[in-house]
Amino acid sequence: MTEMSGADMVVQALVDLGVDTVFGYPGGAVLPIYDALFNHPTIKHVLVRHEQAATHAAEGYSRSTGKPGVVLVTSGPGATNAVTGITDALLDSIPMIVLTGQVPTNLIGTDAFQECDTVGITRHCTKHNYLVMDPDRLGAIMHEAFYIATHGRPGPVVIDIPKNVQVATGKYRVPEKIEHQSYRPQVEPDADAIAAAIDMIAAAERPIFYTGGGVINAGPDASAALRQLVSLTGAPVTSTLMGLGAFPSDDPKWLGMLGMHGTYESNMAMNRADLIIAVGARFDDRVTGRLDAFSPDSKKIHIDIDRSSINKIVPVDLAIVGDAGRALDALTAAWQDKGHKPRDLGEWWRRIDGWRATRCLDFPEKKDAAADIMPQRAVKALFDATRGRDPIITTEVGQHQMWAAQHFGFSAPNRWLTSGGLGTMGYGFPAAVGAQIAHPGRLVICIAGEASLQMNIQEMGTVSQYRLPVKIFILNNEWMGMVRQWQELTYESRYSNSYSDSLPDFVKLAAAYGWTGLRIDTLGELEAGIQAMIDTPGPVIVDCRVAKLANCFPMIPSGAAHTDMILQPNDITGTMDDEAKALV
Amino acid sequence: MKIKTEAGERHVLAVTVDNEAGILAKITGLFSARGYNIESLTVADISADHALSRITIVTSGPPAVIDQIIAQLDRLVPVHQVTDLTDHGAHVEREIALVKVAGTGDKRIEALRMADVFRAKVVDTTLTSFIFEITGTSDKVDRFIALMRECGLVEVGRTGVVAIGRGAEAL
Ligand SMILES: Cc1ncc(C[n+]2csc(CCOP(=O)(O)OP(=O)(O)O)c2C)c(N)n1
Ligand SMILES: [Mg+2]
Repeated sequence: MTEMSGADMVVQALVDLGVDTVFGYPGGAVLPIYDALFNHPTIKHVLVRHEQAATHAAEGYSRSTGKPGVVLVTSGPGATNAVTGITDALLDSIPMIVLTGQVPTNLIGTDAFQECDTVGITRHCTKHNYLVMDPDRLGAIMHEAFYIATHGRPGPVVIDIPKNVQVATGKYRVPEKIEHQSYRPQVEPDADAIAAAIDMIAAAERPIFYTGGGVINAGPDASAALRQLVSLTGAPVTSTLMGLGAFPSDDPKWLGMLGMHGTYESNMAMNRADLIIAVGARFDDRVTGRLDAFSPDSKKIHIDIDRSSINKIVPVDLAIVGDAGRALDALTAAWQDKGHKPRDLGEWWRRIDGWRATRCLDFPEKKDAAADIMPQRAVKALFDATRGRDPIITTEVGQHQMWAAQHFGFSAPNRWLTSGGLGTMGYGFPAAVGAQIAHPGRLVICIAGEASLQMNIQEMGTVSQYRLPVKIFILNNEWMGMVRQWQELTYESRYSNSYSDSLPDFVKLAAAYGWTGLRIDTLGELEAGIQAMIDTPGPVIVDCRVAKLANCFPMIPSGAAHTDMILQPNDITGTMDDEAKALV
Repeated sequence: MKIKTEAGERHVLAVTVDNEAGILAKITGLFSARGYNIESLTVADISADHALSRITIVTSGPPAVIDQIIAQLDRLVPVHQVTDLTDHGAHVEREIALVKVAGTGDKRIEALRMADVFRAKVVDTTLTSFIFEITGTSDKVDRFIALMRECGLVEVGRTGVVAIGRGAEAL
């Protein structure tokens, strides 16, 4: 127990908690902490260009390493700028600590300069938050906050620290046992439930694993456990957008992503299954489609660390509360103990192969060198060119995100960083910055839309400053393509404000920031262009011009059932009833 | 297009929480953010060291929603325990109201007579008014207030429901 300033305590706690990187932006209310960080020997501070980017960079850092991301911002506008990323982390269950400066305690509530009610504003977009009024409590709160952010279902925790609390001295205590006095998420699955699950799996004729981001959050061991259980049971696997990478995409048991832009085979298999084993997935509306038609004939097992996710949307037959990895391990052990052999699922697989035969991800394209590049082709080419390099892929939000999810294959977790729950345009580029900071030697590529990229494009400066070799690959269709697609589907192609007008010249922009800028216009240039991007050291922006009006299929229109997929563009009518229009 | 709502049943929840700043905002915010009903909410510090508060919430919703409300409350970091007293077995519910009635003559006499029937206490009086204190279930308090409307009711303050399970065991 040592006497030190609040600011020193913050930094000491970060050191004690093993933090090596902080993403932030200074301001009046955090100057004491910035001073304590000055020339710090072990903590690297990454200066972003906008606080929202600090939060997404921290998410990228976290998602690619499994460690919590740390953010440091000032009071008022610094804190409010961070809110989008905090909410993003809440919805995607990313462990994150956000340290915000606050006006001194004697000025709180007086509308002081750069005062905002940070704990009030972030109360419902954090897992937990604190306003620290007493420097003696600061050390314990820092440790507790890390515990809360990383235990149970992970999420963002805000610690709001008034400036006088940073300056005043207090006693820094590392709690003997770092935990929260009452928050004890259930990690170990119930043994009876595991046994019941095994009986259900062993008896199923048409089982399917439906996995989500929880498997990624549970760490690489959980992905390994999933692979083992799948190989023991012989059942097919589908996953949510957030779960990609937990199961290898080149495995024959992989059906592809499910849901609104998922594959025909995974959605049909979910619909016709007699048993769904949901692992760390939460039956999101993008996944279920029309609820009363969702997998009508199946029993459902739901494994989740968050009890409130169970029965929230879809009632299940068997709930297993606990860590996804532990539950998968327990299932594997129980399967082996009981001496189960995989059932003959031949009939089930024959039906699945029938659905696969629709080749739902195929797309029409011209093959000559001067042809327009289909965006799907660009993603496939990027995947082919980077195979064996184990790249980390981030995306922005829109059609390009879905095409990346459909056509880029992943064989390991923590390589796919995307904003799933909140769907935040502006996530992908800063997330790539965070991932690259954590993995300096790796190939990190942001697959971007030209509209989304502009939401945090100022981070080009951050990349230049830290000499990060981030690659941005823009699928430039000159449209907010996803919005245009919905307008075609629902509003008879009245393209209200969805055209990306007045785009910058991305190649010149690259030059302005000291990056390399490349442009790809035709199919004939695609492979060489991608290779040039990979071979060019340092940051590269690729303005890859793609077919402007391509749409993303397959698609389950909002309010439709899994069995009502639109497979081809000509299935579109351009109108929709009000019930469907009212869905997001 | 019409927006549909589902009918629900009334449940009384007892929630034990850390007695920290902002906890009430956290709980009520959860209800408003997720569109749950609050019919009444009471809160007070209940432990010797002032570390814990007990919140009694009366809410209503279909069974699946009640189940979600409990799960959502339970996952909040400062929440220690959530009990659905309605499902838990028999429990006692009480509410206190202070009811001010003004008037003279027959109405005044009638008010006093009814207060007696309801076992309401007179806690303040002037020549032209009474304040009654009534304790009971919300139903009883409702009925008393309805009668007082006929007898010169001018003001009401109610505490909302507190509730506790019957028998020797604690939650
Ligand atoms: C911050 C934010 N604002 C608005 C939206 C709604 N939105 C979803 S996709 C999209 C268009 C994205 O355009 P672009 O980045 O060019 O991607 P494309 O769909 O063309 O691939 C919009 C506006 C959003 N997801 N996030
Ligand atoms: Mg676009």
